[in-house]
Amino acid sequence: MLYIFLVVALGENQISRNYLLIFVRRVTLETGLPLKNMLNQPNLVSVARQAFRCIVGIVFPLALCGCNESILSPAGPIAEAERVILLNSLTIMLAIVIPTILATLAIAWWFRASNARANYLPRWSYSGRLELIIWSIPTLVILFLGGITWIGSHDLDPALPLNSKVKPLEIDVVALDWRWLFIYPEQNIASINRLVAPVGVPVHLRITSATVFNVFFVPRIASEIYAMNGMATQLNLEVDKPGTYFGLSAHFSGDGFSDMMFDMNAVSATNFSAWADQSRKSGPILDKAAYYGLLRQSRDKEAYTYRRVQNGLFDDIVMQKLPPGDGPHTNDTREK
Amino acid sequence: MNRIALDAYDPNRIGHRNDDAHDAKGHGAGGQASTRIIVGYGFWIFLLSDIIMFSAFFAGYAVLSPATAEGPSAAQLFDLNNVAIETSCLLLSSFVCGLASLAVDKQSQLWTQAALFVTGLLGLAFLLLEIHEFIGLVNQGAGPTRSAFLSAFFTLVGCHGLHITVGLLWLGTMMAQIFAKGFRQEIHYRFLCFSLFWHALDIIWVAIFSLVYLMGVIS
Amino acid sequence: MLGKLNWNAIPFDQPIPLAAGILVFLVLLGVLAFITVKGYIPYLWREWITSVDHKRIGIMYCLLALVMLLRGFIDALMMRSQQALAFHAPGYLPPEHYDQIFSAHGTIMIFFVAMPFIVGLMNFVVPLQLGVRDVAFPTFNSVSFWLTASGALLVNISLIIGEFAKTGWLPYPPLSELKYSPGVGVDYYLWALQIAGVGTLLAGINMVTTILKMRAPGMSYTRMPIFCWTSLASNLLIVAAFPILTAVLAMLILDRYLGFHFFTNEAGGNPMLFMNLIWVWGHPEVYILILPAFGVFSEVISTFSGKPLFGYRSMIMATMVICILSFMVWLHHFFTMGAGGDVNGFFGIATMIIAVPTGVKVFNWLLTMYGGRVRFNTPMLWSIGFMVTFVIGGMTGVLLAVPPADFVLHNSLFLVAHFHNVIIGGVLFGAFAGYNYWFPKAFGFKLDERLGKIAFWFWFIGFYVAFLPLYVLGLLGMTRRLQHYDVPQWHPWLLVAAFGALLILCGIGFQIAQLIVSIRTSDHRRDLTGDPWDGRTLEWATSSPPPSFNFAVLPNVKGEEPYWGMKLKARETMHLVTDEPQYEPIDMPRNNPTGFVTAFFAVIIGFAMIWHIWWLAVLGLAGAYATFVVFAWRDVAETEISADEVARIDRANRAIRTVVLKRRPKQ
Repeated sequence: MLYIFLVVALGENQISRNYLLIFVRRVTLETGLPLKNMLNQPNLVSVARQAFRCIVGIVFPLALCGCNESILSPAGPIAEAERVILLNSLTIMLAIVIPTILATLAIAWWFRASNARANYLPRWSYSGRLELIIWSIPTLVILFLGGITWIGSHDLDPALPLNSKVKPLEIDVVALDWRWLFIYPEQNIASINRLVAPVGVPVHLRITSATVFNVFFVPRIASEIYAMNGMATQLNLEVDKPGTYFGLSAHFSGDGFSDMMFDMNAVSATNFSAWADQSRKSGPILDKAAYYGLLRQSRDKEAYTYRRVQNGLFDDIVMQKLPPGDGPHTNDTREK
Repeated sequence: MNRIALDAYDPNRIGHRNDDAHDAKGHGAGGQASTRIIVGYGFWIFLLSDIIMFSAFFAGYAVLSPATAEGPSAAQLFDLNNVAIETSCLLLSSFVCGLASLAVDKQSQLWTQAALFVTGLLGLAFLLLEIHEFIGLVNQGAGPTRSAFLSAFFTLVGCHGLHITVGLLWLGTMMAQIFAKGFRQEIHYRFLCFSLFWHALDIIWVAIFSLVYLMGVIS
Repeated sequence: MLGKLNWNAIPFDQPIPLAAGILVFLVLLGVLAFITVKGYIPYLWREWITSVDHKRIGIMYCLLALVMLLRGFIDALMMRSQQALAFHAPGYLPPEHYDQIFSAHGTIMIFFVAMPFIVGLMNFVVPLQLGVRDVAFPTFNSVSFWLTASGALLVNISLIIGEFAKTGWLPYPPLSELKYSPGVGVDYYLWALQIAGVGTLLAGINMVTTILKMRAPGMSYTRMPIFCWTSLASNLLIVAAFPILTAVLAMLILDRYLGFHFFTNEAGGNPMLFMNLIWVWGHPEVYILILPAFGVFSEVISTFSGKPLFGYRSMIMATMVICILSFMVWLHHFFTMGAGGDVNGFFGIATMIIAVPTGVKVFNWLLTMYGGRVRFNTPMLWSIGFMVTFVIGGMTGVLLAVPPADFVLHNSLFLVAHFHNVIIGGVLFGAFAGYNYWFPKAFGFKLDERLGKIAFWFWFIGFYVAFLPLYVLGLLGMTRRLQHYDVPQWHPWLLVAAFGALLILCGIGFQIAQLIVSIRTSDHRRDLTGDPWDGRTLEWATSSPPPSFNFAVLPNVKGEEPYWGMKLKARETMHLVTDEPQYEPIDMPRNNPTGFVTAFFAVIIGFAMIWHIWWLAVLGLAGAYATFVVFAWRDVAETEISADEVARIDRANRAIRTVVLKRRPKQ
């Protein structure tokens, strides 16, 4: 059963197939169950395939249909890879979870006290063989999933540069109370509450926080990563399709937390340089004084740009040469 | 510590004694342990949990010890002479505590009180030396609010000092009790717990001495 | 004189918490007035408040949990309704208030519902199952309970006086530092948890000692009921994990009160240290909760299937493997901190490995039912509901343990759905199963089956209606703790979830009805046999409710299911296994108010520290020390129950059992 579900689920993926073959051989060896023979029965496979489709049909329809904000409809290679791992892992586990649930209900119902046809085995409480099997099934599943996990955590390490010929665009991200500051060191501009990035160009973000913990997250594009004061975390991403994607802070950061939503605009490379040129022409300058202004708590959702950024501002924030965010003003009478 | 019944007429063992057909196999089938064992065992487990708490403070210290925030570091601050005297006070105090347990076994009021008094005196000396060290550090501008390193240091060492303080309070209470009540069964149990506690504080101090002071000076 | 405390502490400007607080206060006052007028206070003081009997303390723990469940659930309803309303709108709860509600909800549900419920069940059942008369340290047991209750009281005081934490149920710095949370909310959290935590630690030490050193003769480790094994594992975890919580909360207290720099943004403080330490406690904590629940299910499934637990030793092994592994997985709570592939991979796989023993448990329960005669009483319904629900929760848990999947699901409502799936579907269902299962043992009459089953179905369906939408919302990128939002796709799902919460509310309503109806009709539903479910373990060998000394003569254990063995033998011979023994007087620990008085001073210390009333804190400490000395000074620690009294009680029990034996058909 398990094998069938896995084959159906993973289809043509050669590595997974190899994994599976080793896996089935082990199960066959240890349990003596004719797993491989079952595979040769074509109608069984097709039944399983249909069953699998049903499961997929039950579990994801609503998340998938028309909901273009879902992390299951990614718009970049990283999010796409994460979606694949998520669905693969889910399918592997469903293959064991669904039979378990059905078996629970079936066994409980069949062995109900009023069923005279059911055998009563009042002393049956141990079987070495069965113990071996029930320890093996989850072990093998976890062995398999563990492989996916190990490879996945390395391949999709957020700090890992993307495999691309194009030189990545650098963006520095600062989480404020309760706004996002995006600094473009190469363009020497900055943007508040709006992240603009070119499509098809890898983007390398360095992320820090001016105040408390936050998590930078654009659901359809890339991994979540913490923004922490005194540290810079790395995130690499790329956007495939132009469009506007919503981003948010995925870690509670105080009263204005819900207002930390921002838009990520993915535009063509030419439009991006046009935007950068445009930004350079107007707007305030982001120097120390302006940055101190940003440290004050604000739930302002307005997006605007800075035409120039003082050199090394981001590094000064990370090195804690600039003070952390102010925190709440002490005009709250209840605190005094 | 509630059970003061002597094992000889411990009602909990009735079933055990009355049943001749006792045919249990394997470990731990012998029925309830005696009260002395239960009390000691429970206190051991408490000590283990206490040591785990200290290990969290040690972990904090290990992480934060490089975070001096451009303030003084361990090598600049620690005075090993002072620490050596502290250590000898504490170890000696433990030794005298051991003598006290001999006196308790002999049920000698005089020797017990004398030994406990010396135990407490040495503990107090340790505590005063530690407070003296702390005041010195604060006066140098190296108080716990100076840097994360010093916060962790003061907390770890101070937590041990707090344990010593509680131990001294316990010691005083117990001396009064032995004086007032004599060597009752539960006093034996309590003394057992106290001496375990006092020795455990030594073990923790040895860890603080080597991991904080010695390694701090070496680095 | 009063530190930071003044009239501004009472939120006159915020009608909702004020009204809620006053309501709670009035109800409390009403209850107090009622028992005073009825003259119950001396009885309550003598028999309950000062009681050191493990059964009564266990019952009080469960009662505390049930009351706090109501408080925590009201918080949940407010959160669900706020999120249902707050699409393109501010909703009815401003962030300052909403943030307190979700923090209080999490704190209360974990520390003052799940913990006391589980500890209460262990307290009541374990000594009975071990065949002994009490726990190792009965007075400390009372202290533990009252300290837990003190913590709960402090959390509730924050409703009226001041505010609660606005940081989430784990107060991550730097947000919880004085600079970003200058109010007293975090202080309430810290002191409530420190006090309750000490209580829990004492309870853990007590229970470990009891299980390891006090068992009926003949009860070797491999004859202990599985619930005792899971309790042992859980309490070992308490002993190993709670000191870490104490330490990390102490560090935050020092930061906030004395300007230390453990976790601050300034002077080299390191907030990541907090996250690591709190989760080194926090992850074992969930196993502290779930392992005893596993034990309950094992007992229930075995009893109602009329079969011994399948793979008893395998179950023990699985329990202990979970116990050890639970300390090696904490980092999975922050994969998104950027620790790198090796670290994330290691902790991800370590987390998944826990699924192996857990899976084994599920299969063993399946095989326990296989070949049984399954009776669908209320406890069994909760157990089957658990098996179905928990495997889903376990699956999503393993999914979150895959770092690349966690990178898109971390902190999302998918995560929220996952842990509610295991905490409600596992811990709470387990607590309810245990509540229905052992209620007749505790009070001598059964709970109403019909209302119990209706309550189960409301809970069960309500749970899915409330939490499946949260899974979907997580996949739609919705993060937790949002007070308002503008994403249109989220709104319908939040409406469904709010409806699910209402279904659960019905479930709770039926549970309350079940309790009231059962008490009012208790005369009809009295169980005289002491063994209403045809049980297998020793607690069913004594009468219901058990006498204060539990067993007139400690049972001699000769197998894995001692009581079942005795029953079978008795049915074969149509004669009770043991002849009437020679009764001897029994010494039981004397009731004393140490626990209550200690807790009284603990509340004073906590409250004084929260409001910076230093003199009161010193006074409280002195009081606590004086209590300790007075307790140590007592001369008489035990009361004797005469041999005649023991004989009278035990003869009645034997007589009923003989009658039942004759009545029951031979199997």
